[in-house]
Amino acid sequence: MVVPAVVTEGLKKSYGETKALDGLDLEVAQGSVFGLLGPNGAGKTTAVKVMTTLLKPTAGRAVIDGIDVREDPRAVRTRIGLTGQYAAVEERLTGRENLELIGRYFHYSKADQKARAAQLLEMFDLVDAGDRVAKTYSGGMRRRLDIAMSLVARPSVLFLDEPTTGLDPRSRLGMWDFIARLGDEGTTVLLTTQYLEEADRLAEKIAVIDIGRKIAEGTADELKDQIGGDNVRVSIMRYENIERAKEAIRTLCVGAVVQDPESPMTLTAPIRAGGGVVPMIIRALDDAGVDVMDVEVRRPTLDDVFLVLTGHGTQMPAEEESRT
Amino acid sequence: MTTTQSSISSTSPTPTVPSGSGRVANIVLDSFTEAGRHVRIIPRNIEVLIFATIQPVMFVLLFSFVFGGSIQVPGYPDYDQYLMPGIFAQTVVFGSVFTSVGLAEDLSKGLIDRLRSLPIVQSSVLIGRTLSDLVRNIITFIAMLAVAFVLGFRFEGSLTSAAAATALLLLFSYGLSWVQALIGLSVGSVEAANSAGFLWMFPMTFVSSAFIDTRNLQYAWLRTVADVNPFTQVTNAARALYNGTDPGDAVMWSLVWSIGLVVVFAAIATRKFKTSSE
Repeated sequence: MVVPAVVTEGLKKSYGETKALDGLDLEVAQGSVFGLLGPNGAGKTTAVKVMTTLLKPTAGRAVIDGIDVREDPRAVRTRIGLTGQYAAVEERLTGRENLELIGRYFHYSKADQKARAAQLLEMFDLVDAGDRVAKTYSGGMRRRLDIAMSLVARPSVLFLDEPTTGLDPRSRLGMWDFIARLGDEGTTVLLTTQYLEEADRLAEKIAVIDIGRKIAEGTADELKDQIGGDNVRVSIMRYENIERAKEAIRTLCVGAVVQDPESPMTLTAPIRAGGGVVPMIIRALDDAGVDVMDVEVRRPTLDDVFLVLTGHGTQMPAEEESRT
Repeated sequence: MTTTQSSISSTSPTPTVPSGSGRVANIVLDSFTEAGRHVRIIPRNIEVLIFATIQPVMFVLLFSFVFGGSIQVPGYPDYDQYLMPGIFAQTVVFGSVFTSVGLAEDLSKGLIDRLRSLPIVQSSVLIGRTLSDLVRNIITFIAMLAVAFVLGFRFEGSLTSAAAATALLLLFSYGLSWVQALIGLSVGSVEAANSAGFLWMFPMTFVSSAFIDTRNLQYAWLRTVADVNPFTQVTNAARALYNGTDPGDAVMWSLVWSIGLVVVFAAIATRKFKTSSE
């Protein structure tokens, strides 16, 4: 039987009275991309730090590739790559030197250090910037170099702590491509994120955590089903068309089409997530001769997930905010 | 993105276990790798090096020109011969602050977390840092020595004793680097590391024999403090060796203090580093 890449059982980490982790159970299959989703202060970073041997758990177990992090942290360190929340690159060294440096820590020969660095620069689209000091890199480039550094020793599990936090939207998309490709290559990836969209795009399985505990787990679709998926809002030009509009879009929606009580020329209805339904809705309304003023899709946000799962949003009460 | 679709993990992800024969070999190798990282960026941070050199040169000029006429030290008709070893000592000691600041910087940037997630000997992070600061200190020292020579400072003793004097100064600053390592690990920010690292440097170097003869201090208690100050012992030893006079037991006390600092503070700082995971 293949051992899971990561297992945690009843993982706890307390700082005095504060419980950063409160009995976290996770299981990540080999070769999968696993998303740990939660707001600031949910315990995501603490969980990553315990799994990567940076923090000792107060109770419970964390096992990487069958090795307990407490029993043999050094063996665990040979199997993991960690990209923390801050791009941990040596700014005054070039991208290439940063990569070679990691090879040196792993006691690679000079030739192997160079070869692996060159390989990773190419994979992460950093060939042209490879001989510039990292100080001159953009945020996205730094993050890419950071991930490349975590991959020098070909880890079997890669931990990415909020890999796109602080990146502009374009760099975020680029980063998603790189992470998706890692998953395709068979590297196990555990990533933490505050963005539902990001977990949705990248992770095969998502665990939602809150106050140091798992509150839901499943694929993105399963989670969205739990919270009701996307919603469409259609506003039309003339009130007399409202019934015709309802009829036209009924079959395209996955639930009841409801007239907004506060704005009678607006219909809302749940739709299947991410399936190109909106153009079909517009076409159907057009065919029915309904003049459309506005169509808007509301995707569930992390706030919605939390509202449904916990009854509170992502804004933590003040005394819990200090947890990370 | 137009990246070649080459394999990210090249082959199937297989863990690479660092080869190396035994723990001692690993400590040496990892410490040198870590020291190499810092030494490599010294020439790229040229402004830091320049200012670290300008400051002692300024001190040399200020003390020599401003106080040179009014400070009399028995046995030293030329105040510069008395003063320069004091400035040397002060400068290498100030150089130890790089340890606390550098460590705090690496901590705040997440570099220490990265290092701690690698299968390296943990203490090599601190050994590498202190060693690289020793290298930096040697560079500053050479620059300062050149200026001192231009101003007329000479080794009055043998070259061997001058080398021994220099080694004593550098060893003491290495011991203080370990104190600074503990400070860098304990404070929360680079700014705090800078202040906490520097603050005690001033009383330590001024309430000493670096610039004046301690017998001229106006309070008896201050004289006692200055005389037992390890910095005084180190300065006296180096000064005697540079000037070809008998250092007495100052050399022994310098060695005791320096080695003691290394042993005690390396143990405490390493422990602090390792227990940061709790």
